[in-house]
Amino acid sequence: MNDAPLHIVLSFADWLSLFGHYMLLSLLSVGGAISTSSEMHRYLVVEQHWLTQSQFNDAIAIAQAAPGPNVLFVALMGWNVGLNAGSYTAAVAGVAVTMLGILIPSTTLTYTAARWGHRNRDMLGVRAFKQGMAPLVVGLMVSVGLILGGANHTWATDWPLWLISVVAGLIIWRTRIHLLWLLAAGALIGWFLPT
Amino acid sequence: MHNEYGPGFDKVNVSFLSVCNYNDRMMTDAPRARPSSPLDLFLSFTLLALQGFGGVLAVIQRELVERKRWLTQEEFVEDFAVAQIMPGPNVVNLALMIGDRYYGLRGAMAALSGMLCVPLLLVLALAVLHAHYAHHPGVAGALRGMAAVSAGMLAATGIKLASALVKHPLPLWISVPLALLCVVSVVLLKLPLAYTLLILGSIGVSLTYRRLKGKQP
Repeated sequence: MNDAPLHIVLSFADWLSLFGHYMLLSLLSVGGAISTSSEMHRYLVVEQHWLTQSQFNDAIAIAQAAPGPNVLFVALMGWNVGLNAGSYTAAVAGVAVTMLGILIPSTTLTYTAARWGHRNRDMLGVRAFKQGMAPLVVGLMVSVGLILGGANHTWATDWPLWLISVVAGLIIWRTRIHLLWLLAAGALIGWFLPT
Repeated sequence: MHNEYGPGFDKVNVSFLSVCNYNDRMMTDAPRARPSSPLDLFLSFTLLALQGFGGVLAVIQRELVERKRWLTQEEFVEDFAVAQIMPGPNVVNLALMIGDRYYGLRGAMAALSGMLCVPLLLVLALAVLHAHYAHHPGVAGALRGMAAVSAGMLAATGIKLASALVKHPLPLWISVPLALLCVVSVVLLKLPLAYTLLILGSIGVSLTYRRLKGKQP
């Protein structure tokens, strides 16, 4: 927010470079696109100066706060690069270039691999892989919950949020209530919590 | 009476897992729910994505396994393992795989665009509004409240998924410590996910391989 607004000019070669860079990152994004965000920062903010530091931070924060997959932070970066280039048309182009770049290689690879795995599902190696990863899947799910909940680290003021997490977890564990009710309740309580 | 995994959960297990074992469940004729059309896939994944504040994955588990019953708990865990190990966002990969299973490439594209299209428009709208409302204390508080609910949901989903370990080829005294090691490595040691998956994953996979091989006739 304190950064001076950027005014940039993007040539066709720049758009191509942006696209190519995201295609490359797509193949490296094991564990999700967010794992390559430090490289995006280096490229967009430090090297090319296409995005300000606060635009970069806000893109990640907004995508985390919004519903939907977190990969949408990539779209927000493309949007802001386009806006910095001066128009909403460029912003839409930025979304298209970055999102297609980050998605096409990884989805093609996953689609092919998943099909191969499904065709060969009786092969011992395939079964061992899918089932052998199960303990990690359980561990990862718990981990993401702990990390997300752990973002509230000031115990003295954040204990109501921890309480919300624990109660929500218990309700989800024991009932089949629709999540939207719980999210709405969380939003309502959060609205009135002192910050 | 509730069993240890909660009331809804045992129904899923009994109705599907008793008729479908690991080897033949993809080919089984047991009655099970499925999406009625690619449009159904698109709409279902749109609704899923819109409920996922920080944790679309847990929403997929809850909606597709527990409520719609398109997948069994074990199938979900296996598909997720593949979706996680491949590059790309795991929920996007998972949508692709689930869509493909029912309607091929068409289904994969329907699920994928459901996961991305409406949330994309929403996130862009939020970015435009962001400057005006981000610092309103009520809005910031509401977002934190929703994130807290999501955190609880993710942890609870992990605990529920642990039931898949009971039927797992590995005995519990191996699989449970592996899951705990994964939590320690990711949450406490903060190791890069790729290392965790590589090291603990290869232990899990090779031990499972030996067990499965030992059971073969």
